Amino acid sequence: MTEWYDFRDIGNAVGALLDQIRDWGAPDWVPYVAATLIGIVGILLWAVLSVLAFIWIERRVVGLMQNRIGPNRVGPQGLLQPVADAIKLLLKEAITTTNADRYMFWLGPILVFIPTIVVFAPIPFGEEMVLADLNVGVLFLIAIASINTLAVFIAGWSSNNKYALLGAMRTIAMLISYEIIQVLALLGVVLFVGSMRLGDIIGWQLDHDVWLIVLQPVAVLCYIIAGAVEMNRSPMDIAEAESEIVAGYHTEYGGIKFGFFYQAEYLAGFAITAVVVTLYLGGYTLFGLEQWVPGWLIFLGKLYGFFFTYIWFRGTLPRLRIDQLMAFAWKFLLPISILNVLLVGSEVLLWKEAGLESQLAIPLFAVINGAFAVAVVVGWATALGHSAPRHTAHRAILTQEVGAIFYGEAAPRP
Amino acid sequence: MTLQTEPFVVNIGPQHPSTHGVFRLRLTLDGERIVDADMVMGYLHRSMEKLAEERTYTQNIPFTDRTDYIAAMTGNLAYVMAVEKLCGIEVPDRALWLRTMMAELQRFASHCIAIGIFANDCGAWQTPVMHMFRDREKILDLFEMACGARLTLNYMRIGGVSRDIPPEFIPAVRKLLKDLPKRVDEYEDLLLSNEIIVARSRGVGALTPEQAIAHSVSGPMLRASGVAWDVRTADPYAAYGKVDFDIAVGTNGDVYDRFVVRLAEMRQSLRIVEQCVEMMPAGPVHAAFAGASVQPIGNPVGPLAIRPPEGEAYARIESPRGELGFYIVSDGSPAPFRFHIRSPSFINLTPLKLMSVGGTVADAIVILGSVDIVVGEVDR
Repeated sequence: MTEWYDFRDIGNAVGALLDQIRDWGAPDWVPYVAATLIGIVGILLWAVLSVLAFIWIERRVVGLMQNRIGPNRVGPQGLLQPVADAIKLLLKEAITTTNADRYMFWLGPILVFIPTIVVFAPIPFGEEMVLADLNVGVLFLIAIASINTLAVFIAGWSSNNKYALLGAMRTIAMLISYEIIQVLALLGVVLFVGSMRLGDIIGWQLDHDVWLIVLQPVAVLCYIIAGAVEMNRSPMDIAEAESEIVAGYHTEYGGIKFGFFYQAEYLAGFAITAVVVTLYLGGYTLFGLEQWVPGWLIFLGKLYGFFFTYIWFRGTLPRLRIDQLMAFAWKFLLPISILNVLLVGSEVLLWKEAGLESQLAIPLFAVINGAFAVAVVVGWATALGHSAPRHTAHRAILTQEVGAIFYGEAAPRP
Repeated sequence: MTLQTEPFVVNIGPQHPSTHGVFRLRLTLDGERIVDADMVMGYLHRSMEKLAEERTYTQNIPFTDRTDYIAAMTGNLAYVMAVEKLCGIEVPDRALWLRTMMAELQRFASHCIAIGIFANDCGAWQTPVMHMFRDREKILDLFEMACGARLTLNYMRIGGVSRDIPPEFIPAVRKLLKDLPKRVDEYEDLLLSNEIIVARSRGVGALTPEQAIAHSVSGPMLRASGVAWDVRTADPYAAYGKVDFDIAVGTNGDVYDRFVVRLAEMRQSLRIVEQCVEMMPAGPVHAAFAGASVQPIGNPVGPLAIRPPEGEAYARIESPRGELGFYIVSDGSPAPFRFHIRSPSFINLTPLKLMSVGGTVADAIVILGSVDIVVGEVDR
């Protein structure tokens, strides 16, 4: 039995507290409710603080990438800038435009915010630090994350603004397509582990001493890309493409209602990265280091580190067009993720049913799947006509013949 | 079951992040497809052409800074050339070379913005544009050194330039000439072969050479369509007849080619600046000016007022956006009788509908970005 002050797992302290409550002779439901409340408050606190921190980090990092400084005036190094922004948003007048559907207009930001918090319920931050240890955890993640689609559509439709409507239309099309890819990517993991409980998935990775990213490279790739779509991040920030449709579905929102959307976007990002970390990167474990370092610190480290990749994306990549993005989902990601599920399914069949249970099985599968990942990505890209990166980029013709006309292959000759 | 759908109108602008000012584009959309595009201009109309008729020829020079405020040097140059043509003034050699050098530095700075904003419209939010601004700043520093201003330069004068460059100017240009080619390489690496940029811009908003000529498009847009036409070589002015450079030409006339042509032109500009530095003659930077009714005091800054003979003159140059022309009619008074600007931004916009119908909203934004308009020049 671990001591309550063993902060390698905050669950220990909470457990001790609950035991104390039981010792006082409280009825059974009291510790139950208390545990839930502690979990909810903990997650909310963590989420809000992380978002505030990451707003600052993102702005500073993107500032560096863009050859400028970023916020550095409010507090040391501008650390209090997000706090100041939050206060500003809270104090702003909550404007509802004249022709907006009032109730729906309010419902949008609430509905977009709640699922992004709820989605953290089954995620194990540490061995005991899980709010709801659901046996259908993966299913829960998918189900909750898809409420986002509805919320965005409500927001876009109710604000009675054409940019918002366009943004909402784009979002629906995009999220529904990419959800399929997300589900297929997660399916591989579930097939391998044979459980939907997130704790079991981490346990499986711990037992077999391997991260699932090694066994499922294609699925990870698909999930990361689909995640970028879901969190509206560049290069898939089509739903709120600033240079095209101003701010997309939340064009008409201001004040704290906008703040909800803003926060929800970050939280969705954290949720996506939390899933990647839990399912593919071993969650709170790190090659035995979790014996000494608190598991939740490892988990958060992985989460923030991975989230940084998305900031990097945003700082570097241009945006795709909606039809290109949809084509990418249906023509590229969907076939390769289906192939991946087929491959993983047959491997599991061989492994579990045909009794290929040996020490060699996992490394063998890793090699096969790695080769498969390279082959399928390169092969399918070639089939779609993207054989090589276009480094032989088109250059301008240099001439001194004034008045000459140069026809390209694409331009029709008269 | 068939759903009844109808096209709807979306206003892009006048308040919009991507219209480069207060330009308004009315798009009629069928879902994401554009079925009709309509331009509404005049939100930045400042009546420059009429105002100029009330002011002396010298007082009009600052107006030309403010038409195309991204490339003030070329605006200045075209105007003073028109007045010089009207009066028959011979400009000293050094002034011509200085004008050439300044115009090319300005072209580089302006193309920095054009390409950066194009990438911005493609969705690379702010990163390329901030990097491009870094280089533009260095050129603006040079301008500051030469004339004290950074944006609205007011450097050219009727009969020359406002003042000679300071002694530290040429070393600074030489240093810049070492740096900038590397930067252009960097931009080519980052943007030219970027898969998403290519996917977004290849084949988008294509104009055939015939269409481009029919719409009297000029500048990088015309050259991207495959027509090797550049006023600098076709009708050399300033010292362009004496420098060696190539016309950059595209073949497909799409958004990507416009961007490619601009990148190539940046290199050619550097080449011209290099030759200017090497071949810069000594001598006065301003014409001795007997015909002026008020003679300059102290440093030669040009006449404060002149009375050109009755007549008309049109001078054209290759501004970063295309053929920039000034048409001036004089009635012998100190103010022009008629003052007209042939602004490339405005005329290059004419095929906008042709280019964007059939594309998506995202295409329209990129096409508008590739025209590289300056609304101050469109509306004047």
